[in-house]
Amino acid sequence: MDVIVDNFDLFAQGWLRTVQICFYALLGALPLGILLAAARVSPVPFLRSLGGTWVTIFMSCPLTVVLFFMAFGLPEIGIKGSYFWFGTIGLALYSASFVCEALRSGINAVPAGQAEAARSIGLSFMRSLNLVILPQALRSSLPPMTNAIIYLIKNSAIVGAFGVGQDLFAVADTLTAARGLSALPVLTGVIAGYLLLVLPIGRILSLIETKVAILR
Amino acid sequence: MSSSSFLYDALGPRGNRRVRWYSAAFAAVALGVLYLIGQKLAVEGQLSEEKWGPLVNPSNPNFGPLWTFLAGGLVNTLIVAALAIVCALLFGTAMALARVTSRPWYRWFVVSVIEVLRGIPVVLLIFFVARVLPEVGIGLSTMTFLVIGLTLYNGVVIAEILRGGLQALPRGQKEAAQSLGLSSWNTLRLVLLPQAFRMMLPALIGQLIVVVKETSLGFIISYEELLRRGQIAIQSLSNPLQLFFIIAVIYIIINLGLTLLTRKLERGAGKKTAKTPGGRQGAKARRRVPDPIPEARALQL
Repeated sequence: MDVIVDNFDLFAQGWLRTVQICFYALLGALPLGILLAAARVSPVPFLRSLGGTWVTIFMSCPLTVVLFFMAFGLPEIGIKGSYFWFGTIGLALYSASFVCEALRSGINAVPAGQAEAARSIGLSFMRSLNLVILPQALRSSLPPMTNAIIYLIKNSAIVGAFGVGQDLFAVADTLTAARGLSALPVLTGVIAGYLLLVLPIGRILSLIETKVAILR
Repeated sequence: MSSSSFLYDALGPRGNRRVRWYSAAFAAVALGVLYLIGQKLAVEGQLSEEKWGPLVNPSNPNFGPLWTFLAGGLVNTLIVAALAIVCALLFGTAMALARVTSRPWYRWFVVSVIEVLRGIPVVLLIFFVARVLPEVGIGLSTMTFLVIGLTLYNGVVIAEILRGGLQALPRGQKEAAQSLGLSSWNTLRLVLLPQAFRMMLPALIGQLIVVVKETSLGFIISYEELLRRGQIAIQSLSNPLQLFFIIAVIYIIINLGLTLLTRKLERGAGKKTAKTPGGRQGAKARRRVPDPIPEARALQL
């Protein structure tokens, strides 16, 4: 317990850094995921296959490989940046495919009759999407979206593990390796940090979920 | 994707023309981007023989040693993935049973173990398994640490998948088994679990994909799996872009194969007459799903 109290500053800093990584990554992953989902349900075959390829690649390739590729590969062709941004952008690109699949499963959960009814009262493709399909799809995609977001938060530890520094994972590494503290109390602190992030978000999103759920 | 085609009607001639036009426009943009990337790579000298030779040219002196080295890493990756998924399956089944059969006075404990393990990043779990266990005097190989870390995390995920499967079974299955006089343990073992496994097979293979991806976290405790070996090779070949690209391709091929297998299993699960995909266990479960009575007969009840 002393370990956590003595190093509380470090833990708090690490926690904020983790929040920062997650926030920026989410800021990138959500719009990109929406674009990908739009491409995957669009009537244009080329866009569908483009979206499909993106999702397949990022769902089968470990995040670690994506991050290594970005941080060590890209500088070779003159794209330089800090580990923080490489890591965060890599995490965003990777998570976008999960956001996309969450949305797509939501769209697929909308009964076909809804789209048919929208068309038969004369709504255009975009308007039927905006007014009828998406409001329902977004609601039913909340549970998988919650998973995608929580997955992103947990994956931010990989970004930290690979050398961004100062996030919760890095705190764990510094305290156990550099300062030689016993691993168990440090572990408790770091776990508490992640749970403090994952559990409330999961709880809030599932509250929203029950609020907006469509009873069919 | 035909599953989303309910969003729009079948296109007429004008719509088809527009779609073709859009396809051509986006394809042109994509080709342009690819061309720019290629140009950039060429300018930076990333397409040179020196960079790609060891990876693609068999007459390059480094080709043989590099691929033997990487193949060793791939074998290590696959060994860990196989061990981890088997252990996770056992651990997960145990956890699912513990949660389902638990009495209220200790259920909170089982539930919180599952929730906590699910809530922490797997990389952290691996890292701390490798740090905490030696501290309490359990020194094992890095491979074992990696397997333990992966087992703990994926085990609880599988436990939740299985629990979902058990809950999704029709209530009549349990009631029928109980009315035949099966004990609650035998009800689970003979009637409920096999069906849950059968139903969850695609999700379980999906978890195998996750495990294969997560083995790459072995780099954090210096276990020499594929990615770590690639990292080592880069130190002497200094071609990170090319090597990580090839490694990504290897992972994608493996996981794409597993994804296709999942899809096939999912389709098979939908079709009653399809050839049984899941091997012996699958075949047994299939017979049991529509008709639990032969099982009771086998028990001579």
